[in-house]
Amino acid sequence: MGNKTALYDTHVAMGGKMVDFGGWDMPLHYGSQLEEHHKVRKDAGMFDVSHMTVVDVDGAGARDYLRTLVANDVAKLDGNPGKALYTGMLNENGGVVDDLIVYLRDPGYRVVVNCATREKDLAWMNAQASNFDVTLTERPHLAMVAIQGPQAIDKVKQVLGIDWTAAIDGLKVFSSVARGDWFVARTGYTGEDGLEIMLNNEDAPGFWQALADVGVAPCGLGARDTLRLEAGMNLYGHEMDDDTSPLEANMAWTIAWEPAERKFIGREALEQEKAAGVANKLVGLVLEDRGVLRAGQQVVVDGAESRGIITSGTFSPTLGYSIAMARVPVSVGDTAQVEIRNKLVPVRVVKPSFVRNGKSLV
Amino acid sequence: MSEIRSELKYASSHEWARLEEDGTVTVGISDHAQDALGDVVYVETPEVGQVLSAGEEAGVVESVKAASDIYSPISGEVIAVNEELADAPETVNSSPYDDGWFFRIKPSDESELDKLLDADAYKAESEED
Repeated sequence: MGNKTALYDTHVAMGGKMVDFGGWDMPLHYGSQLEEHHKVRKDAGMFDVSHMTVVDVDGAGARDYLRTLVANDVAKLDGNPGKALYTGMLNENGGVVDDLIVYLRDPGYRVVVNCATREKDLAWMNAQASNFDVTLTERPHLAMVAIQGPQAIDKVKQVLGIDWTAAIDGLKVFSSVARGDWFVARTGYTGEDGLEIMLNNEDAPGFWQALADVGVAPCGLGARDTLRLEAGMNLYGHEMDDDTSPLEANMAWTIAWEPAERKFIGREALEQEKAAGVANKLVGLVLEDRGVLRAGQQVVVDGAESRGIITSGTFSPTLGYSIAMARVPVSVGDTAQVEIRNKLVPVRVVKPSFVRNGKSLV
Repeated sequence: MSEIRSELKYASSHEWARLEEDGTVTVGISDHAQDALGDVVYVETPEVGQVLSAGEEAGVVESVKAASDIYSPISGEVIAVNEELADAPETVNSSPYDDGWFFRIKPSDESELDKLLDADAYKAESEED
């Protein structure tokens, strides 16, 4: 038996098919992954993401610490409490220890990292903290629910009532508002508008039930994966890992090179890589013919000596055909071939982003 | 609980086989198998005329989450495939034992059916999964 979130009994009662995910018993789906996927694209769905690791970073040295720890620059958050920043946390070789979101609190910061990498992340963060006046506090008493879809915010407002209406209406994309232990952020992992809400474990089952009562569909990890892949969002361990540079993982936009004197961990390695020329890049693949692209399949690029590899692949429920993200030689053109069961199948090469706000981008 | 039909024979790899009155054998995948795969989005059937041995790869079924090979439970020549599955692969989920059949084979040795699992044996085996 794995770890259980505060919503475990609720998932079982609602028919969730429970599977192990990074040591946690989590719902894969509640009947049909496809229906859950469509519900998020067209209406509103909710995900239990309480397994993710929440760490508060406090102390006089918190800002300096984070400016060293992560590749993006938390100075961008200065003066905007609640604002969020997506970033990689790199090792000295420029590989990605994890990807995470940093929120500016008042005072301090809140960091949300992946559950599968929790122990490695905490060890790394603690090791780097020794040179700074900073305290790291994990928040296991917090549950987290992501409510996503075009109707998500309206439905949350129905549930939370008048006290929260103005605060939620005032939330810009990628920002948050906190009240007591409630922490409401306009972030997500689906390519739709929506909120991610942290709250005390004991409040989570009631909140989840109230959302279900106003028509928010419970959704499992299966739909979460097809939604994030359609949205072109990276998944740690697939698009990047300890041995993958963010420059090869479509994360160049998350690296703050200026100011040049900020010595974040991994900077030197990335500068050398850039100077030498980046060998691969992350692209999107589209297979409009029949078949399904899967992680691990090889990608043949005309004129390139080495092959690329699919990092994530699936059938896209919104588009009705298969899509994938792949790391391929930078010389790739508009088309490539994927080896599926010993056959080479032609695919179209696109930017790694397929669906946004319910609309196809390819 | 998934449905296991008593009149069918089963392979450990989760295909079912049904002996028809004309001596041909219809093949599909079990309710347990479709449930484990989840939403089916693509089915590759063998070709009519193809000669298969028992246990030979006969096609692929792909769900949103995984691909799974289909093996022929019996030797013989493929005499029909379910064309409906090309446009409606979800039929495998909604009707695994009836409308969601995969292919029909003319067996070269009908006694091979006796080597397959009966419903009770398949039930015991699939519960161990």
